[in-house]
Amino acid sequence: MARIFTPKVVTANALLEGDAVWLTEDNTWTRNIAEAELITDEAHGDLRLLEAQARADEIAGAYLADARPGSSGPEPVHFREAFRTRGPSNYHHGKQAE
Amino acid sequence: MYKYNDFDEGFVRARVAQFRGQVERRIDGSLTEDEFKPLRLMNGLYLQLHAYMLRVAVPYGTLNSAQMLQLALIADKWDKGYGHFTTRQNIQYNWPKLGDVPDMLEALADVGMHAIQTSGNTIRNVTADHFAGAASDEIEDPRPYAELLRQWSTDHPEFQFLPRKFKIAVTGAAEDRAVVRAHDIGLQIVRNDAGEVGFQVIIGGGLGRTPMVGKVLREFLPKADLLPYCEAIVSVYNLLGRRDNKYKARIKITVHENGLAKIQELVEERFVNIREDFSGHDQALLTEIEAAFVPPAFVKKPTDGYEAARLANPAFRSWTDTNLSGHKADGYAIVSISIKKHGATPGDATSEQMRVMADLAQKYGHNELRISHEQNVILPHVHKSDLAKVYAALREADLATANIGLASDIIACPGMDYCALATARSIPIAQEIATRFDELKIEHDIGQLKIKISGCINACGHHHVGHIGILGLDRAGVENYQITLGGDGTQTTTIGERAGPGFSADDIVPAIERLVTGYLDLRSDENETFLQTYRRLGMEPFKAILYPSEDKANAA
Repeated sequence: MARIFTPKVVTANALLEGDAVWLTEDNTWTRNIAEAELITDEAHGDLRLLEAQARADEIAGAYLADARPGSSGPEPVHFREAFRTRGPSNYHHGKQAE
Repeated sequence: MYKYNDFDEGFVRARVAQFRGQVERRIDGSLTEDEFKPLRLMNGLYLQLHAYMLRVAVPYGTLNSAQMLQLALIADKWDKGYGHFTTRQNIQYNWPKLGDVPDMLEALADVGMHAIQTSGNTIRNVTADHFAGAASDEIEDPRPYAELLRQWSTDHPEFQFLPRKFKIAVTGAAEDRAVVRAHDIGLQIVRNDAGEVGFQVIIGGGLGRTPMVGKVLREFLPKADLLPYCEAIVSVYNLLGRRDNKYKARIKITVHENGLAKIQELVEERFVNIREDFSGHDQALLTEIEAAFVPPAFVKKPTDGYEAARLANPAFRSWTDTNLSGHKADGYAIVSISIKKHGATPGDATSEQMRVMADLAQKYGHNELRISHEQNVILPHVHKSDLAKVYAALREADLATANIGLASDIIACPGMDYCALATARSIPIAQEIATRFDELKIEHDIGQLKIKISGCINACGHHHVGHIGILGLDRAGVENYQITLGGDGTQTTTIGERAGPGFSADDIVPAIERLVTGYLDLRSDENETFLQTYRRLGMEPFKAILYPSEDKANAA
């Protein structure tokens, strides 16, 4: 039986600020995961990752992260990815403060 | 203190200019991340979960007031107004912007500091006893040797691409406060039977996924042979160390796989070959360096006011009981400033607090500060008659927590709140444990207790050598915390033993509370520390406390 593909988003760190960004359907980088493109096809995901990695002057370290559809858009699955959408827990810094 | 000469100054400035060009080429897209990454790491710049992180070296943990003030200025100008002191006596800035980093490095160079070799597979910042030059139990100040090692290892052409990172620590005291047995090379200043001073050379220690206690490679190394002998060790490792597997690349594995005897043979052989190349220039340099570390002009004055203040103010008395250590000079004390206020992030100081500490060092501390591997700041030379004033100023700045060496003086790595390698968070666990013990008001009854927390197997939080170690892991997508017991990072270094299954983030703090209050019932008397009780009784009674239901099930 074929392995079921878990939906993904393409994510990376912004080159200048270093914070988390996600790739949207219209090829922009967003700082809100809910605006990211939710990829449900493995081959399409691989292609989108390649396209993201080619944008060396905008981001660093692009990868595919598991995500699931939420009421307002994609949501993180793993706690690490959830932290990336917010910021650290010891100070009100990062995305939660923006 | 060592002051940069023209060569040091020129080297550091040239490196800043070089890195400025590299950053420009990265931003305009002419360097890819793969090309840029090794260049930024050579200059201490990481990319983490939420931002870049700049790791600045504090060589052998020693700073003067001007340097501390500059660290505060950098925090305000290019970061979020604070810095994080680490277990390797460095300071980390968690929020720099890529384009600002060259200016930050330039500002560091202005006060004789840099971020060179704070990352990468090179010889890292050489660490030392944070009480160096002040401790009453010291044979010699280890810092001139640490500075000699820093100069030798900085940009050493043979050692820029080692199999893996390489860490050296030096101590001059019998009581090991620098965790030398958990370093790639640990150097302990000793006296031989003839009364000569030299080094006991320890190699192959380390924490991480395969924790090992260092082994003695040479019982006594004459002082003059320090550099050729260290160079022999590192060059043997450079050839023999594994490059096929990152997890087997540290020298501890090289020593383990080849055996100490073979390493000894190779190092001695290499040492004989290269020794004559060190034609005395290193010793001339050492003499120059030593001149920069002459002890300050200690003053002799009465300490009566100190005793009176102790009697008059119970809070001051409590602080002096926990936060002072014996000084070699009459009338002086070593002050440990706790950067572990209950509920705060271990090792984080605001720019304002840095300025207060710099000011106190200048006024009352012979212009010296230290960063300890336990993430506290030390004023190494304070006259007892000034302690009440120092305490009052620290209190104003929220820096007067009287908890050095106690349950809330916790080492914690940044964990998954910042670090890209982490598998779980460590900071909130440290905050909750400290807050809980403060609520219970029992940490002074508990006495000496070292709790150390790492957010992944790489063990930056030294959990293996904590009396109680906590390791945060990812278990099926949930944070999970394993407890180890009986670890020790001193001259009797011991790797802690795993107590059993891990605890959830909600259960770990109650588990630690159970463990510590359980110890109070187990100890023979109030002078027996947690570690001593553990050594006397072994794991079983502590296991029964940690896993009570299991115990009942077994008994039934």
